[in-house]
Amino acid sequence: MTTVWVPADSSARAVGADAVAAALAEVEGVTVRRNGTRGMLWREPLVEVETDRGRVGYATVAPHDVPGLLEAGMLEGADHGSCIGVVDDEPWLTAQDRVSLARIGLAEPTDIHAYEAQGGWAGLRRALETDPADVVEEVVTSGLRGRGGAGFPTGVKWRTVLQAQAEQKFVACNLDEGDSGTFADRILAEADPFTLLEGMTIAAVTVGATEGYIYCRSEYPDAIARLRDAIAVAAEHGYLGDDVAGSGRSFRLQVRVGAGAYICGEETSMLESLEGRRGEVRAKPPIPALRGLWGSPTVVNNLLSFAAIPMILADGGEAYAARGVGRSRGTQIFQLAGNIARGGVYEAPLGITLRELVEDVGGGTRTGRPVRAVQVGGPLGAYLPADRLDVPMGYEELAEAGGMLGHGGLVVFDDTVDMARMARFAMEFCSVESCGKCTPCRIGSTRGVETIDRITSTPAGAEGRDQLFVLLEDLCATMTTGSLCAMGGLTPVPVRSALTHFPEDFGGSPR
Amino acid sequence: MARAGRQQTEELTPRSARAESVREIAQGYARERGPLLEILHAVQAEHGCIAEEDVPEIADVLNLSVAEVHGTVSFYHDFRRTPAPDHQVQVCRAEACQAVGAAELWAATEERFAHREDVEVREVFCFGNCALGPSASIDGQLRGRVTIDDLATAESGWSR
Ligand SMILES: Cc1cc2nc3c(=O)[nH]c(=O)nc-3n(C[C@H](O)[C@H](O)[C@H](O)COP(=O)(O)O)c2cc1C
Ligand code: SF4
Ligand code: FES
Repeated sequence: MTTVWVPADSSARAVGADAVAAALAEVEGVTVRRNGTRGMLWREPLVEVETDRGRVGYATVAPHDVPGLLEAGMLEGADHGSCIGVVDDEPWLTAQDRVSLARIGLAEPTDIHAYEAQGGWAGLRRALETDPADVVEEVVTSGLRGRGGAGFPTGVKWRTVLQAQAEQKFVACNLDEGDSGTFADRILAEADPFTLLEGMTIAAVTVGATEGYIYCRSEYPDAIARLRDAIAVAAEHGYLGDDVAGSGRSFRLQVRVGAGAYICGEETSMLESLEGRRGEVRAKPPIPALRGLWGSPTVVNNLLSFAAIPMILADGGEAYAARGVGRSRGTQIFQLAGNIARGGVYEAPLGITLRELVEDVGGGTRTGRPVRAVQVGGPLGAYLPADRLDVPMGYEELAEAGGMLGHGGLVVFDDTVDMARMARFAMEFCSVESCGKCTPCRIGSTRGVETIDRITSTPAGAEGRDQLFVLLEDLCATMTTGSLCAMGGLTPVPVRSALTHFPEDFGGSPR
Repeated sequence: MARAGRQQTEELTPRSARAESVREIAQGYARERGPLLEILHAVQAEHGCIAEEDVPEIADVLNLSVAEVHGTVSFYHDFRRTPAPDHQVQVCRAEACQAVGAAELWAATEERFAHREDVEVREVFCFGNCALGPSASIDGQLRGRVTIDDLATAESGWSR
C-alpha cells in the first residue's frame, strides 16, 4: 500500500482537491489520507506520495492528470512534470521559521496521536506545573503582541484577567478574520486545530477561566466543522472537560458561528454577537479583560496569538523573543494574496521587508506585470506604492511608513489597478459593514463614495473640482476623529494613501 | 417556476407546525449562554429563513422583546426573511479578489443570471481564499480562480 496525501484545506478544495482525492482512491494499492495544506497555496492541490526518500510532491494536480502521473511512476516518487521533489526540502518551506505553523499539513488535522508525537501538549503540561503568575511572565517575556491587528501585549492582557477578582472568567478566540487578504487563522484552524485548543486551554488554566468560545465567521464552514471535531477528540482524550490533562481543573470550549458581519471582528462587537445581540461596538472602558462576556473578565485574543502560546510555554518566552525586530518580537504569519505568483502563508521573524515578501517569497505578480501597489494590514491598511517596499515588517516600522501590520495580510496589485476605484471601494465597504453606531462612519462613508464618484466624473480643470477634494479630505478628517472604532477611524487610511501616492488615477488632484 | 412552487408549499404548511418547530429549536438552545445566534442559524437551516412569524416565538422562549430579536435578525447579512431560490452564487468582491479581476467577474455574474429567478447572486467580502482568487461560491461550494466559463459550466449542470 502506498500512502498518498491530498489536502482537505478549503482553498485546496476550491481548486479541485476532493476530485483528485476521489480519483486517487480508485487506484489499487493506494491509501488516500487528507492533511491540511502545507501553505503553498499556489501549488494546490499539492499531492504528496510517501516514499523511502520522504514525501514527494506533485503540484496543481487535476483529476485528469492522475492516469498520466501514475504511468510515469508517481507512486515511486518519479520525477515527472509537476513533481517538486521531497516537499520537506522545498526552499520555500525551509527558508521559513515556522513556529505556530510548525505542524500544518503534516498529519490528519484531528489525529491527536500525531499531534502529541510532534510535540503537542508540552506547553500545556508545563503551564499546569507552573504558577499562573509565572506563566503570565513567560508570555510577557516572549514579547508577543496581539496578532489580530491592534498589537497589544498578550501577557499584559492575561495579567489583567488573572488579577481580576471574579466568580467566573472566560476565554474567547477571535476567529472572525474578515480582512481581505488574510486566511492564516482559517488555515491553522483547518490544518492544526489542536494548537489553537492547546493555546486557549493554557490561557484558561492560567487566568482561571472555565469556559471558552471560539467565534468563527460563517464564511469558514470547514474550519467550524474541523474545530468541533477537534474539541470532541480533545475532550475524549481528557485535554478538555472537567479534568484538563489530569490537573483537576475544568475547561469547556465551544465554537460559535457568526452571521456575516465584518464589524464582529472588533472585539467588543464580537462579545455583543456572542451574547446574541446586534454586533454594535461597545465603548471602552471598561475593557473586556475586566468586563467582557456577560460582564465577566475575559481574555480575548486572535487565533494566531493563542497559536503562538504552546511554543512559548514549551520552549520558553526568551526563545520567541529572540526573533524579530525592535519592539516587534517573534514570528509573524504573512499571508501573500491578490495578484501574486506564489500566494500562501509564510511564517518569518518580524523585520523581514515587504520587498522580500512580495518579490523573493511571492515571486512578484501572477500576471507578470510590474507591482504597482501593495495593501498591507487589511482593508483599513494603506496602499503602499512600489517604491516603498523596503520597509521592515514591524509594528512601529510600518507605522512610520504610513502603514500598519494588521493581521499580516499583503494584497498585491499590478499596474492595471485603478486606485480611484480602490479608494471608492474602501468607502463603500465601510458603508456596507459599519455597525451604524456613529454618524461619521455610517453616513460619512456613503458621502465618501458619492464624492469620489463626482471627482472621477468631473473633468480635470472643471470648476468646483478642487472643492471636491477639499470635501473628501474633510470627510476623512471627520471620520478619523469622530468614530468610535477603527472601522470608521481607519477607512480614511486606504483612501488618503491612494490620493497621496496615486493622484493621477483621480485625474490629478489639486497640488 | 421553482421559486413560486416553494412559496406555495410554505403557505400550505400549517402555521402552527412551523411555530411549534421553531419553539422546539429555540428550547433546545435556551439553557446555553447567549443562544440567540445559534437559534437563528438552526431555524434558518431547518426552515430556509427566519420568517416574520418566527420572531415572536423565539422572543417568547428566550424571554426577550420582539424588538430585540428582530434587531439581531436584521443586523446580520446571513439571516434571510424569505427562503433562498434553488441556486445561489456568491462572488467575493473584496480587495485581494479585485486584484485579479473580481469586479469584472461580479459584473458578468450579475448580468448572466439577471433573467433567472431561480438564481440568487450575492456579493461577499472574503472567503479566506485570497491567494487563489477570484473566489466564488456556487450552491455552497467554494471555488478558486473562477472564470466566467466556470459559471457557465455550473449553470449548464442545473436543470430548469
Ligand atoms: C473593525 C475591526 C475589525 C477587526 N477584526 C478583527 C478580526 O477579524 N480578527 C481579530 O482577531 N481581530 C480583529 N480586530 C481586532 C480586535 O478588536 C482585537 O484587538 C483582537 O481580537 C484582540 O486580540 P489580539 O490581542 O490577540 O490581537 C478588529 C478590530 C477592528 C476595529
Ligand atoms: S466607527 Fe463605524 S463600525 Fe465603529 S462603532 Fe462607529 S459606526 Fe460602528
Ligand atoms: S478577498 Fe476574495 S477570498 Fe479573500
